[in-house]
Amino acid sequence: MTTFDPYAPSRDTTEGTVYSVTGGDWDSLVQEIGSTKEERVVVNMGPQHPSTHGVLRLVLELEGETVTEARAGIGYLHTGIEKNMEYRNWTQGTTFVTRMDYLAPLFNETAYCLAVEKLLGITQDVPERATVIRVMMMELNRISSHMVALGTGALELGAISPMFFAFRERETVLDIFEMISGLRMNMAYVRPGGVAQDLPDGAIPKIRDAVKLMRKNFKDNTTLLVGNSIWMKRTQGIGYLDLAGCTTLGITGPVLRSTGLPWDLRKMQPYCGYENYNFDVITADTCDVYGRFLIRMNELEQSLRIVEQALDKLEKLEGAPVMVADKKIAWPAQLAMGGDGLGNSLNHIREIMGTSMESLIHHFKLVTEGFHVPAGQVYVAIESPRGELGAQVVSDGGTKPYRMHFREPSFNNLQATSAMSEGGMVADIIGAVASIDPVMGGVDR
Amino acid sequence: MFGAQGTGDTSGYGGLARTAASTGSSERPYGSYFDEVADDLERAYPMFSEAIERVVVDRGELTLHVKREKLMEVSKILRDSLKFEMCMGVSGVNYPADAGRELHAVYPLLSLTNNRRIRLEVSVPDLDPHIPSVVEVWAGNNWHERETYDMFGIIFDGHPGLTRILMPDDWQGHPQRKDYALGGIPVEYKGATTPPPNERRSYK
Repeated sequence: MTTFDPYAPSRDTTEGTVYSVTGGDWDSLVQEIGSTKEERVVVNMGPQHPSTHGVLRLVLELEGETVTEARAGIGYLHTGIEKNMEYRNWTQGTTFVTRMDYLAPLFNETAYCLAVEKLLGITQDVPERATVIRVMMMELNRISSHMVALGTGALELGAISPMFFAFRERETVLDIFEMISGLRMNMAYVRPGGVAQDLPDGAIPKIRDAVKLMRKNFKDNTTLLVGNSIWMKRTQGIGYLDLAGCTTLGITGPVLRSTGLPWDLRKMQPYCGYENYNFDVITADTCDVYGRFLIRMNELEQSLRIVEQALDKLEKLEGAPVMVADKKIAWPAQLAMGGDGLGNSLNHIREIMGTSMESLIHHFKLVTEGFHVPAGQVYVAIESPRGELGAQVVSDGGTKPYRMHFREPSFNNLQATSAMSEGGMVADIIGAVASIDPVMGGVDR
Repeated sequence: MFGAQGTGDTSGYGGLARTAASTGSSERPYGSYFDEVADDLERAYPMFSEAIERVVVDRGELTLHVKREKLMEVSKILRDSLKFEMCMGVSGVNYPADAGRELHAVYPLLSLTNNRRIRLEVSVPDLDPHIPSVVEVWAGNNWHERETYDMFGIIFDGHPGLTRILMPDDWQGHPQRKDYALGGIPVEYKGATTPPPNERRSYK
């Protein structure tokens, strides 16, 4: 190197010259590499990189601008959630799983709770209102999750405006979540046996307004991107993966549906009463990034349709319970909004501290020890925004999970990075990874 | 439903000894499409009774307990003849009390053609934790097997690159085994060392 570049120092190793690139220093680096005879360059991209969709590390072998080998390195966000859950009771489990795939917390919670309910044998006893609320929340969550997928995907390919629109819509959804659960993310709202609390007063008209607003606002991104020639050039024919590739790699979700197979667990193996809602399964037949983009765009409208139907159902179920009737499972305290935010309802505190010793004992036992779940193992799969989210839960009859494993669609689908990007241009890896939409919190757990 | 059993420790940090009983075999008829799956497998695979140790139907789910020597044969037949095109991964379960079968590997299978699910379960002893890798049958199991190796130390023979995936490459031990305490490693920051949570005084 002729002049020292503080942003791209180099050192010689037995493997060849190694450059540490940290910022906008590509000119000097390209000049340097261009002067060598070496054709093959190994690029380590990430784990801290704005275009890798989180703390994902990509090791790329390049011949010129062609990718000959792409490998993904993960584990940078591993938090040991599955191990931790073995030391907490079944209800506390929801607060852990909600932090796995942090863009789709309600799906994690629902998959986990459906599995616990299946182990308890109370699937039929979960009140209908709770199930409808779950469906409504999941579909709103699907919108917010797809919005991040679209917005960050476009941003990573260099389009900034779609992200502004996408995050505006996501904000609308997060406001609804905050109104209902008190939290925008990681809300631990779905609990074994039902949901934490009923909708607040006036929630339904507010959600109806939000649905109307979103339906109008979605058009901004549609007009911006669908048919946009730059966008099509960056996405059409990129990240190709056909049906055979998807089945052998276990790929589900929008990537599988972009091959033309209408595989959606909401239709194929309905749960939470999805068979009672009218919606279409969106597919594409292009097997590429553009197809997956169109699927996500069109699924937004389908989710809005489901939300509207859920709201109709909720109006009819006004005042119905949202937690299973069995007091040995249902959380003893209903939360209430106080002057300092969401907390235990004062009426409940008054009862256990002032009038009923039995209630206090019951509350204490259920909260500290938790309920027992009969021994056995179940696997419950739901359709998350990214594909099949499976909860593999084993109980030994105790008050804590014996083993809890999440089959995360992000984790599984990220394996397709190599198949999608090898042989293509280095710039197209970004589009391919963005179309998988991996969420590293879910990948690493 | 209530009532302390064993030590009564509810904090989780007292080294609570826990055992999980394995359920016995189920009797025919299994119900649902499970009889059909079992019949089809028996027809396509004459060594069925040798390879399948137990058939368990519990909570509407079918589990085939497969001997590890026969796992590859059974997997190929399930994929090609019974159209279980997808394997949704593998997860380990550690049963320290189940002598000779301490480590279990659980494979949920999905058939897109017939819209069916079954589960394979393979159990191996702690001292010989080898299971043939099914990556050549279902390529998508690559990372799942690496994760199960990482977390449980089950060695998948024939895997194209069985290395740790979530934990650092030089990590000692397999964290999700039951004899691996929840805790962590001491963290040094600016000269002071914070002990792992299980060694802090408040949890003793």
